Amino acid sequence: MENNRRSFLKFAGVSVLGLGSLSLLDGLTSEDVIASSGQASAEATYKKTANALTAKRWGMVVDTKKLSGRICHKMEKACREAHNIPELENKKHEIKWIWEAHYNHVFPGKTDEFLVERLKELPIPVLCNHCANPPCVQACPTQATFQREDGIVMMDFHRCIGCRFCMAACPYGSRSFNFEDPRSAIAHENKEFPTRMKGVVEKCNFCAERLAVGKQPACVEASKGALVFGDLGDPQSEVRQLLKENYAIRRKQNLGTNPSVYYIV
Amino acid sequence: MNDKPKIIIGLIIFFAVFTFPFWYNHGAVSSAPEPKLSDKAEKAKHCVRDTDYMRKEHMHLLDGWRDRTVRDAERVYEIDGKEYMASLSNTCMECHSNKAEFCDKCHEYASVDPYCWDCHKYPKEKK
Ligand code: SF4
Ligand code: SF4
Ligand code: SF4
Repeated sequence: MENNRRSFLKFAGVSVLGLGSLSLLDGLTSEDVIASSGQASAEATYKKTANALTAKRWGMVVDTKKLSGRICHKMEKACREAHNIPELENKKHEIKWIWEAHYNHVFPGKTDEFLVERLKELPIPVLCNHCANPPCVQACPTQATFQREDGIVMMDFHRCIGCRFCMAACPYGSRSFNFEDPRSAIAHENKEFPTRMKGVVEKCNFCAERLAVGKQPACVEASKGALVFGDLGDPQSEVRQLLKENYAIRRKQNLGTNPSVYYIV
Repeated sequence: MNDKPKIIIGLIIFFAVFTFPFWYNHGAVSSAPEPKLSDKAEKAKHCVRDTDYMRKEHMHLLDGWRDRTVRDAERVYEIDGKEYMASLSNTCMECHSNKAEFCDKCHEYASVDPYCWDCHKYPKEKK
């Protein structure tokens, strides 16, 4: 018995050695893969774009006094065209990054019987709040939704499995699910930005791809000054100055999500 | 030792099944793919990395590009003093504008179906 086992092991060892040296298997072994990827990390480096805009914590201030339906429409259009957002006929399948809503829906906890006239009919733009304490990030099982160091709550579409936990977790409805392939419904294609595919969730990304090349968010550019974007972590920034001088509110503040989008009312 | 015939029959069946892919394809061996370079790629002579590396490793390179771009906001890939925007659609496809003749050739041969194109765009090709 002992002898048998020993000779079996010997035989097996020799066979493995023999097989390993076969050129047929050489192509399948990952030795050169490992060698060259090690080499890659030695020579190649990654870095930020030279003109990238950076911040401690990105935020936005919406000045409702400067808003109008026309401006809201322009902002939506700018975002739609920058990010290849489809315009789907089925309203239940709608994809929304920034859209307009009424005061009662934007601030359900702050409605009053005798609300100031101006706010009653005013369209107010809503988008992802890039919460400092984002429940969507906690809910995401794959880390497809994550928080960057500069506060932007990002989506990594490559990782999204479409479970929609994040949608259930977001108290603002900032996220949309692709129930159908969006490609056919994109009117103005931006060749530099990818589309999405059926089965992933998407939302506003604070124009991370534009910040990377030194540009302000598309909606801010289109807003005629109604939206101001900047660093909430820098006391000298324009957004902080605005917040110092004006009374501003945030959406559903009592939930503890700590939104980074402020509204001057 | 009475089982000898059974063992031999078993072995024959085993070898028949084991070598099935070889004799099944006999005479119908598909030739190795020959991806075509676009004019622009041909003129450039040099890709981001050398040809051998690109041939074996482009998927890992792209994987790194995607993770660093999306997750770390580091969109510039620097190698040998040269800088590239780490972008499939805006860098690779700039030169390799002939997806069908270039990418698809090997992908089809190797029977891989990368899902890059579900979202990332490639230049429209003239038929
Ligand atoms: S608004 Fe919603 S999606 Fe955006 S960070 Fe907050 S919880 Fe997440
Ligand atoms: S749908 Fe995607 S982003 Fe949302 S929780 Fe699931 S994996 Fe994460
Ligand atoms: S910040 Fe960018 S992504 Fe977000 S709503 Fe504005 S344009 Fe769209």
